[in-house]
Amino acid sequence: MNKNQKSESFFTRTIQLLLQNKLAVLGGAMVLTVFVLSIFAPLIAPYDPSAIDIKNILMGPTLSHPLGTDELGRDVFSRMLWGGRISLEVGFIAVGIATLIGIMLGSLAGYYGGWIDSIVMRSVDVMLSIPTIFLVLTVIAILEPSIINIMIVIGLTSWMEPARLVRAEFISLREREFVLAAHAMGGTDTRIMMKHILPNGLSPIFVSATMGIGGAILIESALSFLGLGVQPPTPSWGSLLSSGKDNIEIAWWLSAFPGLAILITVLGYNLLGEGLRDALDPRQRE
Amino acid sequence: MFTYIIKRILLMIPILFGITILSFGVMHMAPGGPAEAQMEFSSKASSEARERLRILYGADQPIHKQYATWITKFVTLDFGVAFADGRKVKDKILQSLPITLTINLLSLGLVLMIAIPIGIMSATRQYSLLDRFTTIFVFVGFSTPSFWLALLLIYLLGVQWGVLPISGIQSLGIDGIEKWSWRWLLDVGAHLVLPVFVSAFTGLAGLSRYMRNNMLEVLRQDYIRTARAKGLPEREVIYKHALRNALMPVITILGLAIPGIIGGSVIMETVFSIPGMGQLLYQAVFSRDYNLAMGILVPAAFLTMLGNFLADIAYAFTDPRIRLR
Repeated sequence: MNKNQKSESFFTRTIQLLLQNKLAVLGGAMVLTVFVLSIFAPLIAPYDPSAIDIKNILMGPTLSHPLGTDELGRDVFSRMLWGGRISLEVGFIAVGIATLIGIMLGSLAGYYGGWIDSIVMRSVDVMLSIPTIFLVLTVIAILEPSIINIMIVIGLTSWMEPARLVRAEFISLREREFVLAAHAMGGTDTRIMMKHILPNGLSPIFVSATMGIGGAILIESALSFLGLGVQPPTPSWGSLLSSGKDNIEIAWWLSAFPGLAILITVLGYNLLGEGLRDALDPRQRE
Repeated sequence: MFTYIIKRILLMIPILFGITILSFGVMHMAPGGPAEAQMEFSSKASSEARERLRILYGADQPIHKQYATWITKFVTLDFGVAFADGRKVKDKILQSLPITLTINLLSLGLVLMIAIPIGIMSATRQYSLLDRFTTIFVFVGFSTPSFWLALLLIYLLGVQWGVLPISGIQSLGIDGIEKWSWRWLLDVGAHLVLPVFVSAFTGLAGLSRYMRNNMLEVLRQDYIRTARAKGLPEREVIYKHALRNALMPVITILGLAIPGIIGGSVIMETVFSIPGMGQLLYQAVFSRDYNLAMGILVPAAFLTMLGNFLADIAYAFTDPRIRLR
């Protein structure tokens, strides 16, 4: 009971601090709007996203097609709603993979130190010295571009920041009294790492994961732009943008709106993440 | 201090080794070697010819032998020849490096000129209207897909209004004009406006936020309170005492930016069809041109590490606690 009460007060305090921060509220609203629109895409979308209508190709925004139609007469608004699902999926799962790897490697390195720490940190240095885009491009060229592979590759190339953050938390927490007490009571290493240290060091992970979702959506769109992302006809914001770019001179709406959706979503996650950082880190507060 | 530097240099060796193994390994995992990539378009090529090419490129050897051959040459700065056209990798890189370097140095200069004042102002007036506005401004840049912004600007400024050139680094008829003359500079400059602006705008956030946070941290230090207490004017406290200490970490993270700059160049140079390092790397990956790709990646990674190294040494000079650890 006591334990629950304490964790709830921490949670409600963070939420209260977030609500006081106008930029974080703005970011949260953007994230929530995009999230709801994507979840309910099947209900909201006015047209079937893959319904071809040859009589109405490349139509500008009108009342019946609020964001226009593409070169096959498909409704851009409906395709963007469905595309949002794919883009968000890529963002969430890629960040999930990166965070999981980061937590595993970071906690091992921070808890045990010594040669394990050396190996993990040198691997981080290696990964940070090679341009991510090279690794992503090469691996996608090997694996074939599919949604699953893109999630995996983005995840495998962005675990370094969470790993560093978790390691730093473990180093600062592993000598604290409550951890020593857990040792004295005979807790196993795994139990101490997962049950005692990790829950107390999660704050920076939340911040980096929130901003990471935006980053992953941007990488997906860049990959699609280079022709290696989500493949048409499956709509993701990146693939819509990349197929729209060929018609930019006669149909600007095909490129403008999907890019705007990416901008709004990524901005939302970044503002929310920044607000979360402020709320969780008392040092930056006045 | 001396032992610290030696230790730090020794640490770089396994990292450099890891970088070469990882990039080499990843490229070799790809199905279809350089011979296959080159012959893809001529289905008539006999398997015999294919085999000859494979032997020529050393692709018939087991991977560890290929790696050994490659690295023994590489340490003597022999980068080999590009498979695609048989030209020396070194020449190809030296030809495209100035272009990428010019664009990125210009954009870095622009970023520093904007990010540092923004960082200072939003830290000294935390949560003011100005702070909020600049925060949104830099985050919009950070959240904008660079190629999308480039595409829209190309369409608006280049195609619709026709005020700026949209691709390449110089006009087609420029060859007749003398290099470094005013007309030449003006022409090349006009071609650089969009790429430099787009990469500066999308890259602004990192430095300006870092500057803001450092400044906030420094302004809370005791020596700032002391400076204020002894009656120094606020201007002097901020620009003399605080700024110097907040600027140092900003300069030192520049080294870490190199991989990101190369990655960004791949996309920017594709959008604007600029024949720089980014395009070279992109082509190298797709034609499985190991020599060329490694010739770009390894020196870049080395520079990144060198940047880190110099930053650490600079820190150790100013903070004795680091070298004693």
